[in-house]
Amino acid sequence: MESWWFGALGIAPTLLMRVIYSLLLIAVVFLPLVSVIAMFSIWWERKVAGHMQSRLGPNRVGPIGILQSIADGVKLILKEDLVPRSADSWLFRLAPYLAFAPVFAAFLALPFGPEFTFEPRLSAGLFWVLAILSVEVMGVILAGWASNNKWSLFGAMREAGQMVSYEIPLGIAILVGVMSAGTLNLVELGYIQGGGLHTWLIFQNPFTFLAFFCYFIASLASNKRAPFDLPESESELVAGFHTEYSGLRFSFFFFAEYAAMFIVGGIQAALFLGGWNDPFGLIGYYHHKWTADPNGVHATGLIALNAIAAAVFVLKALGIMFVQMWLRWTLPRPRIDQVLYVCIKVLLPLACVILLGGALWELFVPRRPGLPWVDYSPWRFGDYGQHHAMGTLVTQLVLSLVGVGLFVSLLGWVVFAAISGRNIKRRLTDPAPIVM
Amino acid sequence: MMIQLLAQTTPQPPDAGASAVLFYLFAILAGASALGVVLSRNIVRTAVFLLFTLTAVAGLYFLLDAEFLAAVQLVVYAGGTLVLIIFGVMLTSKSPGIRYEPKIGEVAVAIGVSVVSAVALVMAIVRQFPANSASVERHPTIADLGQTLLGDYLIPFELISVLLLVVMIGAAYLAKARRREGRP
Repeated sequence: MESWWFGALGIAPTLLMRVIYSLLLIAVVFLPLVSVIAMFSIWWERKVAGHMQSRLGPNRVGPIGILQSIADGVKLILKEDLVPRSADSWLFRLAPYLAFAPVFAAFLALPFGPEFTFEPRLSAGLFWVLAILSVEVMGVILAGWASNNKWSLFGAMREAGQMVSYEIPLGIAILVGVMSAGTLNLVELGYIQGGGLHTWLIFQNPFTFLAFFCYFIASLASNKRAPFDLPESESELVAGFHTEYSGLRFSFFFFAEYAAMFIVGGIQAALFLGGWNDPFGLIGYYHHKWTADPNGVHATGLIALNAIAAAVFVLKALGIMFVQMWLRWTLPRPRIDQVLYVCIKVLLPLACVILLGGALWELFVPRRPGLPWVDYSPWRFGDYGQHHAMGTLVTQLVLSLVGVGLFVSLLGWVVFAAISGRNIKRRLTDPAPIVM
Repeated sequence: MMIQLLAQTTPQPPDAGASAVLFYLFAILAGASALGVVLSRNIVRTAVFLLFTLTAVAGLYFLLDAEFLAAVQLVVYAGGTLVLIIFGVMLTSKSPGIRYEPKIGEVAVAIGVSVVSAVALVMAIVRQFPANSASVERHPTIADLGQTLLGDYLIPFELISVLLLVVMIGAAYLAKARRREGRP
């Protein structure tokens, strides 16, 4: 990629040029991507919240209010950058960057498509994302500590306790999926799940199915999303760790939170929900067909395929984000001791049982060796019997049916709510004339 | 042409120039923030400097294709140990303005220890450097690491995990005992 650009523009790939290229890549591609995703999700969350509470949400700036985040961004940039007098000003200024930078770096590993990943060579990509996200908590803790304010401090302490404990079930749940896949490379995970719905890791065995939900709950907590948003619970702590922040520094925390939501959803999609693959395995099939022969690579087809793959991946991640928002505006907030109780006494033993079950399953249940499409045809069910993989296939199909049923009922629910919510909206916008 | 380059998923040879720039960047960051750790008097700021040192060292691991080690460094030290340090400070001290004043004896001991370890490190580097610098073959994979840990070194690995379990049980016991004393 890099050498292609240098060749096309006729520039010698000197060290200086390469540094400039890297900086440009960050400034022109990477940063806008993260910002656009974060700004879109902020607008979307407000819209979802509005509709769930029989309001309209932002609807003045641009069509259906879609430019609201840009207007807010301008406002936040223009605001005064305040540092409280009793705060530790150096740490106070540093903390927002420490919260934002790790989330930014985690985008490096997200697999948007078979050839469309910023760094496909990360052999420990999944672990890298987990590790870099665990650094984000430092920014939050420092923000709370440096503000020198009791509410901020309480928020930061809750965040630290919550983050450190929920990382364990999160990691174990990921481990179950990784054990089934046999790789930590996010791009390889995409190839493994390329054969359609039943090859997705969530439907691989009952334990990965449970691990999916375990991961989702733990990721809510580690992202400080409701019902686990104790670090910023506005009813008791004003705004938690970012009480004292204003202007651009405040917006960094918000960007970090929404970008982290996308990453967590993207990791869930990449690990459990087939990554960039569609439910029928068409993307995997055509990708194999067009790249199998190194001399006859179908270039335009591959570009289109990568674009579709990226759209599928982003759609999956956004779908998971929507469920996160849905839960946030539905569930009440528990107390901090209840949150930690759920983690340590419920979720952690559950995750350990799932891990044990997943390991035993991998040991004793024979599976189809090789990659779908490359080594075998995943939709030819008769062939599974020759590899003694009939049990695996039946499990996969049953779980797929359960999953599809669950998804369709959730979707139906949302569609029903959206349709029935229309009447409420009309009532709110056009009040009926008062009959005297 | 472009798509062939795009489709290239095999590891490319490491690039000496860019790696060197990044190496010096990380090395300077690690060294400067290590100095910050020593010279800062505020214990939370010290922890933040330590965060920068650890992150820069993780970056150096990254340049050596040891991504797993880099991620472990981040998750264990930056995301775990440092959070616990700051958590401890937050629970025990009253304001962010707390300062730490070392005594003369402590300074002398610290200087002595650092001189000894610096001499040991320099000797080790001088002795090892010519032999191993060029011939190291890099494997950007964690599969070997897993095989080694759970194959050749299985017994030490399991022993260490038992040790950690003992430590955890001990900590839980101590915490419980203190609470029983405090609340008659």
